Amino acid sequence: MNIIVCIKQVPDTQDVKMDPERGTLIREGVKSIVNPFDLYALEEGIRIKERTGKGTVVALTMGPPQAEEALKEAIAMGVDRGILITDKAFAGADTLATSYTLAKAIEKIGLPWVIVCGRQAIDGDTAQVGPELAAWLDVPQITYVSKILEIDEKKIKAERLTDYGYDVVEATVPCVITVNKEINEPRLPSLRGMMKAKRFKPEIWDSSSMNVDGRYIGLEGSPTRVIKIFAPPQKSGGEKHEGTPEELAKIIVKKFEKLKII
Amino acid sequence: MIDYFLTEEEEMIKELARKIAEEKIKAKRAYYDETQEFPWDIVKIMAESDLFRIFIPEEYGGFGGGVMSLTLAIEELSRGCAGIALAYAGTALGTFPILLFGNEEQKKKYLPRIAEGELAAFALTEAQAGSDAGNIRTRAEKRGDYYVLNGTKQFITNGGEAGIYTVIALTNPEKGARGASAFIVEKGTPGLRFGKKENKLGIRASATREVIFQDCKIPKENLLGKEGMGFIIAMKTFDYSRPGVAAQALGIAQAALEEATKYAKERVQFGVPIANFQAIQHMLADMVIKLEAARALTYHVARNIDKGNTKITKESAMVKCLASDVAMEVTLNAVQIFGGYGYMKEYPVEKLMRDAKITQIYEGTNQIMRNIIASQLLKEVK
Amino acid sequence: MPERELRVIKENCTGCGVCEEVCPYNAIGVINGIAVVKDNCVFCGICVESCAFEALELYEEKPEERMVPEGYSGVMTYAEVLNGELSRVSLEILSIARELAKKLNTNVTTLLIGHNIEKHAKALINHGADKVIVVDHSELNRFIDEKYAKIFVTAIEQFKPEVVIGSATAVGRALFPRVAALLKTGLTADCTEFDIEKETRLLLQTRPAFGGNIMATIKTEFTRPQMATVRPRVFKPLTPEERDGEIIKLEYEPYKESFVKQVIDVLITEGETLNLEDADIIVSGGRGVGSKENFKVIFDLAKELNAAVGASRAAVDAGWIPYAHQVGQTGKTVSPKIYIACGISGAIQHQVGMRSSDFIIAINKDPEAPIFDIADLGIVGDLFEVIPVLIKEIKKKKGE
Repeated sequence: MNIIVCIKQVPDTQDVKMDPERGTLIREGVKSIVNPFDLYALEEGIRIKERTGKGTVVALTMGPPQAEEALKEAIAMGVDRGILITDKAFAGADTLATSYTLAKAIEKIGLPWVIVCGRQAIDGDTAQVGPELAAWLDVPQITYVSKILEIDEKKIKAERLTDYGYDVVEATVPCVITVNKEINEPRLPSLRGMMKAKRFKPEIWDSSSMNVDGRYIGLEGSPTRVIKIFAPPQKSGGEKHEGTPEELAKIIVKKFEKLKII
Repeated sequence: MIDYFLTEEEEMIKELARKIAEEKIKAKRAYYDETQEFPWDIVKIMAESDLFRIFIPEEYGGFGGGVMSLTLAIEELSRGCAGIALAYAGTALGTFPILLFGNEEQKKKYLPRIAEGELAAFALTEAQAGSDAGNIRTRAEKRGDYYVLNGTKQFITNGGEAGIYTVIALTNPEKGARGASAFIVEKGTPGLRFGKKENKLGIRASATREVIFQDCKIPKENLLGKEGMGFIIAMKTFDYSRPGVAAQALGIAQAALEEATKYAKERVQFGVPIANFQAIQHMLADMVIKLEAARALTYHVARNIDKGNTKITKESAMVKCLASDVAMEVTLNAVQIFGGYGYMKEYPVEKLMRDAKITQIYEGTNQIMRNIIASQLLKEVK
Repeated sequence: MPERELRVIKENCTGCGVCEEVCPYNAIGVINGIAVVKDNCVFCGICVESCAFEALELYEEKPEERMVPEGYSGVMTYAEVLNGELSRVSLEILSIARELAKKLNTNVTTLLIGHNIEKHAKALINHGADKVIVVDHSELNRFIDEKYAKIFVTAIEQFKPEVVIGSATAVGRALFPRVAALLKTGLTADCTEFDIEKETRLLLQTRPAFGGNIMATIKTEFTRPQMATVRPRVFKPLTPEERDGEIIKLEYEPYKESFVKQVIDVLITEGETLNLEDADIIVSGGRGVGSKENFKVIFDLAKELNAAVGASRAAVDAGWIPYAHQVGQTGKTVSPKIYIACGISGAIQHQVGMRSSDFIIAINKDPEAPIFDIADLGIVGDLFEVIPVLIKEIKKKKGE
């Protein structure tokens, strides 16, 4: 009964800043981190195992060889197994090719009990891979899960975030869920975990060890293509005021009147 | 950049403790400092991360790490918040009597609980017995298969929150200090209660309370070592725990140095960052010189203890004395560098200054430390 | 398979190191005075853009001529009905759909799935749809990703639109990727701008990435339809007018899938969190608020202005206000008429969630706070002093 958690190593966008003069990104020693939403996914995967007493938690990642670091972090948190899918042929993949490749890896592992993904990756911010993965595997999906209410061998019942509140949704397993930050508080690695991570070697799969169709992977399998990158329109500051609270409040109220909100 | 030549395991411990400080402690420290609430949520995280296992031997569920690992953990946690770190460091202090003098049954019974994250506390000080520790009055009367404790301990760190207390009490009052013994007392034992939480200048997230024994009956198996060994156990405990106080002071000083340096680069006066001014530069230079020197001595003494050097009473006292004095000086200067802003609670340095003070006082005041150091030195030099 | 390579043009490279600085993936470095590409390059192209010496190029072997699928024309939009109401964003996307359809010289079709939803078709037509495809069945009264996706795929296969646009709402984000994968076509999420490339009739999709630090323009060349989602409030609905349009009813036959999925319960959150993304005015609190109790001052101001309450990540992480209020890269993206940031420093991750607001007011004690760089009206002051006085002034004005 595998609980597969898909994770991604991303640049820490907090360190990525814009140079307003050059209009380019400045990376001040940008480190690679596990995508923050994926930490919540890993935590939930481990919690599913802890609360049901069943399951093997498998962390799965597609990326360059250095993505092994992300798997080590997952092992330090307490997952049981870590698989790295890496191949030059996978590079340049958009979300469709990525989800296809992950799906093929999951088929090789064998359709699991449940697949847990973070809501979105903070470099692409698309939130597409989770549902696309579910489509490739022809399994149901529950997105933006903020709480798992029940889970057993047959089905999963969860709360998903909607634009008006929450839905309670039930689906048979296997199923893909994508999780929000509301769902839990990811644990820090334990020392035992960190020691295990130091000795850990991931299983490494490339395109030849998986049953992939070359048309759907990497660049060729990516229908979308970035043709241009540019700096976002810089919003520049307007008027700035200092003064007593009374003076400042009057300025704001005047603006409110001008904007016709009072 | 200086390399401390840490082992892989020590690096891991330092990294983990730092992670906890950065990701969990930093955001909440102002809240706990303000409210004096006990940081149970952070204690839970420390426990789940296996920090308490560091100073417990492997056969009792720990990692068998030594004083050096403990020092690194305490330093990093204290860099986040010394008060919150004290829940952890105070537990180590309360555990040393058992580690050093407990018999197999006692170790088997209590050490695994502490490894899991149950808090401990060490109770020696009383209202009339601070530096004059020999002046304690708490009594432990042997009655058949029990000892009955009566008396009040004061200013006990983790008092009321800890589950396990190591207590020094007089079994033989006529013998004075030589009539003291050490005991293990569990929270919940009838006759054990706690005073109100003290309202402190600093380390406010740490719970400091009176521990009150009123006909508190404990089984005779809870005697540590032999009757009369009380002060030997206490002094030996301090030899091991004083580097931990030094570590706390180092963490506080490190935080202060970082804040002051960053601020000096950002704060512009007379058209330039104040970091450009020699007055500020010299202050920062003195701060870092003293901090690194204190750190080097502390790490060295910790490693000595781990290598089995038991004759380190003088050195333990030295690092406690040095690091705490350095922390006080560094934090005072940090507030000075921040100027008016340093005096405001919205900025983190005034708390560091308040937290630093206690390190010069507890686990033996620095005046007592100097007495010990001189006394040892005089003995050594022929 | 086509070869792709980031090439260093050695004669032009000066070893200046700018490429190493800007690469978010640490995939290029200067060794012995010349740029060297490492094997984790993902071909994002940022370094190529930033090289002042034109010493970098993204080389691509020309793929074998790929065929553009034939027979696709028209712009399709997806309309969302939430709890019986037609969502405002469904009308917003019709306006951009009309604009694109005009450039493509084609029509706009809207897909409407649900139960008892035919009554909304007229509104859709009046806001710009030429045709409305209605799929109405009791089984579809709640959004079920898998059923809706299958219906969507059927509709697309039948009507073959070249462009499909939806909204980046909770539903859109669940539905569109599933549909795109089922059709093995390209999807671009959270677009802020569209255009049509004249020669090729291709949809140019522009969206933010890296937490909003860069903008990217994307094309879907060889698959159809070209799918995209749009954030609420990026476009304004057209003024409705009486228009003629066709309503096409598509039969839905309930079918059994290999799995079961159902919505068991619907919980509607009352009050403040309701549709932060739909609010006209948002009052937001950040680290400067200081505590859970202090948030009362934010809620009080919001109440006076009939506004929703937002928060920065710092406030949510500190436990002062629930995550549902979080605005920013890892929270909600909002675009209200007025955004009032109180005690928020304005780190880029927060800016990304609110900087497209029409009018931004910032109240902060620190005159150097980055929020003032994007605020239309900057108030340097203590929020605990300014806001109570502000509330009094507002009450006075209302009382007049």
